[in-house]
Amino acid sequence: MAKRPAPGPLEYLRRWPLQLWLAGVGIFLYAPLVALMVFSFNDSRRNIVWQGFTLKYYEKALNNASLIEAFVNSLTIAAVSTFLSLILGALAALALWRFRFPGKAGFDGALALPIVAPEICLGVAMLVFFAKVLPWPQGLPWPFNLGAIIIAHVSFSFPFVAVVVRARMASFNRELEEAARDLGASEWRTLKDVILPHMAPSLIAGAFLAFTLSLDDFVITFFTSGPDTVTFPVKVYSMVRFSVTPEVNAASTLLIVLTVVLTAIALKVQGDPASTAGGHAALDRPQNRP
Amino acid sequence: MEQHWKSAKGLFGAVLGPPLFWLVLFFMIPMGIIWLYSFGENRGLTEIALTGTFSNYLRALDPLYLKIFVKSVGIAGLTTLICLVIGFPVALAITFAPPKAKTWLLLAVMLPFWTNLLIRTYALIAVLRTEGYVNQSLEWLWNGLGAGVGVLGVGALGPFQPLELLHNNFAVVLGLVYVHLPFMVLPLYSALDRLDTSLLEASLDLGAGHLRTLLTIVVPLALPGIASGVVITFIPALGSYLTPDLLGGPDSQMIANIIERQFKRANDWPFGAALSFLLMYMTFIAIALQAMLSRRRREPG
Repeated sequence: MAKRPAPGPLEYLRRWPLQLWLAGVGIFLYAPLVALMVFSFNDSRRNIVWQGFTLKYYEKALNNASLIEAFVNSLTIAAVSTFLSLILGALAALALWRFRFPGKAGFDGALALPIVAPEICLGVAMLVFFAKVLPWPQGLPWPFNLGAIIIAHVSFSFPFVAVVVRARMASFNRELEEAARDLGASEWRTLKDVILPHMAPSLIAGAFLAFTLSLDDFVITFFTSGPDTVTFPVKVYSMVRFSVTPEVNAASTLLIVLTVVLTAIALKVQGDPASTAGGHAALDRPQNRP
Repeated sequence: MEQHWKSAKGLFGAVLGPPLFWLVLFFMIPMGIIWLYSFGENRGLTEIALTGTFSNYLRALDPLYLKIFVKSVGIAGLTTLICLVIGFPVALAITFAPPKAKTWLLLAVMLPFWTNLLIRTYALIAVLRTEGYVNQSLEWLWNGLGAGVGVLGVGALGPFQPLELLHNNFAVVLGLVYVHLPFMVLPLYSALDRLDTSLLEASLDLGAGHLRTLLTIVVPLALPGIASGVVITFIPALGSYLTPDLLGGPDSQMIANIIERQFKRANDWPFGAALSFLLMYMTFIAIALQAMLSRRRREPG
């Protein structure tokens, strides 16, 4: 094999101190997760020593009715709140992109609030809101008993969607819209055939973001959920408080796999992760505003 | 050109109406109630009288709570600093990586970020607890060492004492760094990625070393990005609830844990509301400081 030339001045990735650093950070970020996944297959309750491969903790986790119920609840909440967040977020982005109106800066700023407000503050606000203003009826049939949690999740998810969609619309050539209108397309037709196709990638990124945010949320759900509306993170929390068990490892492994699959799908649809960093675009936002 | 709202009132209403309605009803009003409660007093079990009192805020100045505020800021600040030190070289390496490696490295940083926070915290518990992976490995090493020492006939090492890694402040900071590292790396990367590399090359060509180039060229140019990374890491770290709750000990309570206790156990909503809004104001101050910093950078001069 030909000897590779010495690293160029800015090829930091090919310098060993940085490689070492990256490897260290990689181990730090991944070793706990990998250990968790590996030991979910270990045939021993306590020991770190490998006692043989088993799937019995998966069987246990999958036969744990309350864990499965919590998991189904989480997925349902994530799906519904993603759907609502997409609509509300896209509308908010359209309003800000399309119109000049009094109070626009105020609306824009208020929309950033759920993104920057500490989770705990939103959590207690939702607790008080559903206790005092809009008591969510007890004992509703599934999935309507999840309503309060879904509302809370939409409140913190849709501003993220709005940010992602708005960033995308900034690159839209307004002349296209005018051309469509000049050629006789109705408002609805223009929206459907000209604006939506341009918006589509950001809608996918936004959906991914909203889904993950909802699935991930513990704090806000913790304050809005009742005894019969337990989500997966809340259930795992109550299990973790007692002890570390391979059953939780198994359930966590399943969720990690789901996350990886979702990320892979989002990347497949989106292309380059550098542009898929929807969460990143959103996170970057409050400080990028002039 | 943006359209004036009056020229298409119907469309404007249809587009702005739903998100505005949702934002007001399900965000502004709940927050407003908390804000009002922070000036209220408990009357009986469930009644709260809005008396306009500042006593809840004054109570937060009690040394007991003031200490927790100071400690929370300290822990969040330390977390941010460690994230910056760990994350900067990572962001630098990603920025100047070849496109393919860049894609994979970004993905590697983002994947834990998408993984459930509770699972990541739980994974850390499994690593750190008394019977955790770290202690088990250390015990194994210790016993091996003990056997070796025994063969040499020097004497026994004594039983292994597991390290207390969990339920203390160390675990909280470690957990917060673990969780927030991607928050730091991604904004740093996007700032460094926008740098004009010819400036760096010029500096290196003209004989400045890597460290000097880094300190005198890269850091000043990337300062707005560094500032946003710092704020993005600091804000959630300051308000974190789960990490101190699960990894911390009795003296690692942070603001969020105190707020939770007022609402769920102590049933002192007005005081909890006041603490929530103090946390909100601290968040706003952090954002305002950062905005001021990046604005000053943007102005020529």
